[in-house]
Amino acid sequence: MPALYNLTLQEVHNLLRNRDASSVEITQACLDRISQVESKINAFVTVTGELALQQARQVDDNRSYDQGSALAGIPFQSKDVICTRGIRTTCSSRMLENFFPPYDATVMEKIYANHGVLLGKGNMDEFAMGSSTEHSAFYPTRNPWDTSRVPGGSSGGSAAAVAADEVYYALGSDTGGSIRQPASLCGIVALKPTYGLVSRYGLIAFASSLDQIGPMTKSVADAALVLNAVAGYDPRDSTSINTPIPDYSKFLTGEANGMRVGVPKEFFGEGTQPGVLEAVNTALNVLEGLGVSVEETTLPSTRYATACYHIIAPSECSANLARYDGVKFGHSNSEAASIWDAMEMTRQEGFGPEVKRRIMLGAYALSSGYYDAYYLKAQKVRTLISRELDEAFQKYDVLVTPSSPTVAFGLGEKTANPLEMYLSDICNISANMAGTPAISVPCGFSDGLPVGMQLMGPALSEPALIRLGYAYEQSCRWRLSRPHI
Amino acid sequence: MALTKKEVLHMAALCRIALSPDEVEYLRGQLSDILEHVRALQEVDTEGVPPTSHSAGLTSIMRDDRVSDGLEPESTLANAPFREKEFFRVNAVLEE
Repeated sequence: MPALYNLTLQEVHNLLRNRDASSVEITQACLDRISQVESKINAFVTVTGELALQQARQVDDNRSYDQGSALAGIPFQSKDVICTRGIRTTCSSRMLENFFPPYDATVMEKIYANHGVLLGKGNMDEFAMGSSTEHSAFYPTRNPWDTSRVPGGSSGGSAAAVAADEVYYALGSDTGGSIRQPASLCGIVALKPTYGLVSRYGLIAFASSLDQIGPMTKSVADAALVLNAVAGYDPRDSTSINTPIPDYSKFLTGEANGMRVGVPKEFFGEGTQPGVLEAVNTALNVLEGLGVSVEETTLPSTRYATACYHIIAPSECSANLARYDGVKFGHSNSEAASIWDAMEMTRQEGFGPEVKRRIMLGAYALSSGYYDAYYLKAQKVRTLISRELDEAFQKYDVLVTPSSPTVAFGLGEKTANPLEMYLSDICNISANMAGTPAISVPCGFSDGLPVGMQLMGPALSEPALIRLGYAYEQSCRWRLSRPHI
Repeated sequence: MALTKKEVLHMAALCRIALSPDEVEYLRGQLSDILEHVRALQEVDTEGVPPTSHSAGLTSIMRDDRVSDGLEPESTLANAPFREKEFFRVNAVLEE
């Protein structure tokens, strides 16, 4: 039998229900795993071991895993951008190094209501801005498959923690690929839900029209189980969608016969590594073998997606991050004589280089004289990107692309050139622009490093993504290969 | 488009971030590159295309005007860098 920490969420849930393990035992197994590998990976900002054991004991005492939720008694990690009451929430920034939220995010309330066990907070690119987790103000996270490489980002700590079997699943946030790209680079599953399906209340805001919380898991089945717990209307988030939530595990049927897949050629072009192309093309053949029709299509506006994103996201971030003024919470400069000098120095000291770049760029794109040429123009191009996707979804149930143009790259390889780093998310941004769901599923290896395949669908098509992703996963079993740490 | 030092300082002033001379210099190069990249949007024909501000298709969400529990003053103030009694303390806003 494999070690407890190797199991998936679904497998460990079955152990708990059958009394073959207790929550305390599996929580301790994860803590032991953390002490074994964490010094090589650095996936956590904070490990909440004592709290986790306390929560686990309570679950065992109440036999909460008999009450229906698949998450009961099972340890998870929450990206450090999600507010946890009384537990330090830093966004991997000096600005929030000592911030203890006075309330829980809605997703945390929901997981706690399902008796989940919080094992800690995930390292990330500062304020979720980046694609490698090297922009963490504390330390970079390393890829469990090769510790000289990055795990991707911004939810790199969460992806690495799941890939290294430190936790059974994690909650990350995705503004422009921030759960799908690291999932791809670490060989795990990540599902970015439809915008508004999961409440953003208590998610520290980066770009509010794009941000969405999603599960990062070891399997598609696990993603469905976590989505069951976190999806749903929340009156505290004014962009929350009020729609009935199905039981997503119903779509884990293993069959995908008759589904129509479109393959937008723009995602398979220049800049995509041959090993990535090969893995995704092989996966497309597997889908055909499952009775799925596969056809090439085109999304010409894709070439403008990163440019569009790098106006809209910084613009929204410059507004959202205006709140860090050193008055109500966060870092505060105490030396400056005037309130304005104190504010400017607070922000100089508290923010790292990538955050400064984006805030400044956003303020510029929104400023008088530049608003029409930059921000308004980008919003119009956003409409075109969404319309093209809408049209494609008239013909196809799902669009398939690589989740990332490359496998995991080396630490330090792209930090000197922000623009090159920005292109890491090129496959992921369209879904954020359109607010549509997308899942990254492992689809093989290139030179021993994981490759991910992205499935995109129209708004609220999570059932189709889960169905197709699961059917594929069942026929390939890439999960049986594990990193050696 | 290469930004001037003056333009970088203007951008920093817009968002109230102080910068060291070194920061001004490297940000000048990087921000110029990024602006050059996003300039690609100018070639897209957007005549008659409405802007999208967000994708949820929702407008002006209203909620019932009901009393609910807010945060207690102590937990609101718990993260304050500087406080005095039940207030956040700041330097003088109006100068003499």
